Amino acid sequence: MRHIISILIENESGALSRVAGLFSARGYNIESLTVAPTEDPSLSRMTLVTRGSNEIIEQITKQLNKLIDVVKLIDLAESSHIERELMLVKIRTTQDSREEVKRMVDIFRGKIIDVTPNSYVIEMTGQSNKLDAFIHGFEAESIIEVVRSGPTGISRGEKGLHL
Amino acid sequence: MELSGGHILVQCLKDEGVEFVFGYPGGSVLHIYDAIFHQDDVKHILVRHEQAATHSADAYARATGKPGVVLVTSGPGATNAVTGIATAYMDSIPMIILSGQVPSPVIGSDAFQEVDTVGITRPCVKHNFLVKDVNDLAETIKKAFYVATTGRPGPVLVDIPKDITDPNIKIPYKYPKKISIRSYNPVVTGHKGQIKKAVDMLLSAQRPIIYAGGGVILGEAHQELRELTRLLGYPITQTLMGLGAYPAPDPQFLGMLGMHGTYEANMAMHDSDVILAVGARFDDRVTGKLANFCPYAKIIHIDVDPSSISKTVKVDVPIVGEVKPVLDQMIELIKESDQQPSKAALDSWWKTIEEWRSVNCLDYDRHSSLIKPQYVVEQLYQVTKGNAFVTSDVGQHQMYAAQYYHFDQPRRWINSGGLGTMGFGLPAAIGVKLAHPDSDVACITGEASIQMCIQELSTALQYNTPVKIINLNNRYMGMVRQWQEFSYQSRYSQSYMDTIPEFVKLAEAYGHVGMRIERPEDVKDALEQAFAMKDRTVFLDFITDRTENVYPMIEAGKAHNDMKLRVAPSAPVDSELS
Ligand SMILES: Cc1cc2nc3c(=O)[nH]c(=O)nc-3n(C[C@H](O)[C@H](O)[C@H](O)COP(=O)(O)OP(=O)(O)OC[C@H]3O[C@@H](n4cnc5c(N)ncnc54)[C@H](O)[C@@H]3O)c2cc1C
Ligand SMILES: Cc1ncc(C[n+]2csc(CCOP(=O)(O)OP(=O)(O)O)c2C)c(N)n1
Ligand SMILES: [Mg+2]
Repeated sequence: MRHIISILIENESGALSRVAGLFSARGYNIESLTVAPTEDPSLSRMTLVTRGSNEIIEQITKQLNKLIDVVKLIDLAESSHIERELMLVKIRTTQDSREEVKRMVDIFRGKIIDVTPNSYVIEMTGQSNKLDAFIHGFEAESIIEVVRSGPTGISRGEKGLHL
Repeated sequence: MELSGGHILVQCLKDEGVEFVFGYPGGSVLHIYDAIFHQDDVKHILVRHEQAATHSADAYARATGKPGVVLVTSGPGATNAVTGIATAYMDSIPMIILSGQVPSPVIGSDAFQEVDTVGITRPCVKHNFLVKDVNDLAETIKKAFYVATTGRPGPVLVDIPKDITDPNIKIPYKYPKKISIRSYNPVVTGHKGQIKKAVDMLLSAQRPIIYAGGGVILGEAHQELRELTRLLGYPITQTLMGLGAYPAPDPQFLGMLGMHGTYEANMAMHDSDVILAVGARFDDRVTGKLANFCPYAKIIHIDVDPSSISKTVKVDVPIVGEVKPVLDQMIELIKESDQQPSKAALDSWWKTIEEWRSVNCLDYDRHSSLIKPQYVVEQLYQVTKGNAFVTSDVGQHQMYAAQYYHFDQPRRWINSGGLGTMGFGLPAAIGVKLAHPDSDVACITGEASIQMCIQELSTALQYNTPVKIINLNNRYMGMVRQWQEFSYQSRYSQSYMDTIPEFVKLAEAYGHVGMRIERPEDVKDALEQAFAMKDRTVFLDFITDRTENVYPMIEAGKAHNDMKLRVAPSAPVDSELS
């Protein structure tokens, strides 16, 4: 099953490689990984998407907790949560296709953030499968470039992951 | 007190009560070596290869319970230490490795003797640090000792760029008395409810067994383990790493379990209905084929590291905590309980076990005209009255040592279990002898293993650490040859050496005594002579039967009740259940 693990980790150089190294050394899979500092500059927040049986996910969380730099973590898949991913797409446009593309962007509640005579850059956030659906709406040759952040997530309700 | 980084480092070691640093100098640690020169509280042991520094420090830790300390230079000094760091990591041994690094401003420029030590060692340390500011040095050292020695112990490396120890930069020195790390809070006491559940399960067992491991020794809980086992009257088996926690000569002890464990221990595991696993990690050498592992058992598992629990074998009652306080609580609950173990069930269980025991699975040919390796270990046990510290290398000789030297105290059996590092034995013996100068120390080794760190014979002379090297010379990498005999129709591919040094001369060249023993009737005398030479390192080269194999054996992919024995047992092999 797919799990989103949200980690608070010391903002130290090397902390990221400890997490990445753990996954490669133990043969766990990482689908995506996002990291950024938090409001407390001594801490980073990492969101990691992985897949595995319950036993594997249990080992993954135990092994992550064992890293000295990991302060806390939660498996978001265990409770109700919200998940979002940011995508930037560069689409090739022609005189004829520009209106159609714009309509697609509106349907998916995206934004056109850069325009040239032959291209648009579109910004879109949402669940990963929505972003997939948007991409699938285009012919492969009209897509110049796709950049995705990988999902991040937060639990619903008033509880939060902090010190 | 204003000190430079080099002096701070040495002062930190003094404040930690460090007796010995095992090390080897080089460019990036010269400032530190200069600080060492100015004092003699912390004694430096100059090894002949950095791998040996780590093994000596590791064995010092295993024999004393105190962390071992290593000091190496950057680049090749650090890479040479990696094998020993990984060895300590796999067996959860507390160790501090101080490595020099190129000066901070040139890190990343492929400077002379630069390697990414923090990166290379990351997967085989409990934690590591790169010191970026001399003002952080003392606190980092304190953290290193704290992390290495608490929770599940392990090696911690501190990488120190040369500019951090610059003699011209002096700062006020203060060693923190206490330290806490917000992201590191190892559990100590176990969950009360779980402990109660475990006790109820234990007391209602019909065919119970205690399976104890290295965690009991690491957690100094051998007294508690003994008390609990005797209180219950249950059979107990131990892993290779647990030997000595429970006294081997005691009738409740079934011997080691696992690949080369005894028939009775493995059969009892297989047929048991309740297993109490204490500080053991269900290693593959222990479990054999996982799908057939202990099919009838409910398992209770005490371990300080949650990731050891249900890693390979799913357990029924996990207890996260230190062995000592958890066993203490269990003992208390058992004493208070009105429930008693069922006497009838236990009597019948012991009867079955005694039948297995009567197979006498460790018996071997005692009338051979060749020296049997088992016989040498038995004689060593006699001559040292079971009181020696025994280190070993890796191979058949290691298994003979584990099977035939009946350890009755913890920290006496010093070997590389998890990584299985050949070359461990001799430097380990030196580390142990430094820790216990008045005790007998024997290194049981093989002619292949000993050559991996033979250069330490020189260290042994310099520091006057008179150890006895028991070389079970079978002219084969016996353990490899055994597998080739069983699984590759005796195609002995590269498992022997066409040239083997004359060990007697080699020992003499290094300034020690060498003896070559070729006949069984000379074994005892030779050992007695060697141990009588209290102040000499003696190399005893025993020319043993080169075809001997280690039995019993659970071959790869087989289950506990599917063992290869030396002779087909005459007593009933089938358990009641099968
Ligand atoms: C050639 C060869 C053959 C081998 N054959 C065998 C064999 O037949 N049988 C065998 O048993 N082994 C054998 N081994 C060794 C094997 O590879 C493992 O090293 C060994 O089985 C592990 O022992 P252990 O389970 O006691 O764990 P250890 O490695 O000693 O780990 C200790 C466990 O205790 C925990 N712990 C540590 N401190 C505490 C504390 N204070 N409180 C609670 N828990 C704590 C740790 O978290 C860990 O889970 C062999 C090795 C070699 C090289
Ligand atoms: C550094 C290292 N390399 C290779 C091995 C694989 N190995 C395990 S036992 C063994 C043979 C050991 O031979 P010897 O020291 O003569 O001991 P014996 O088995 O003959 O008693 C080898 C090569 C190892 N454990 N460690
Ligand atoms: Mg050999």
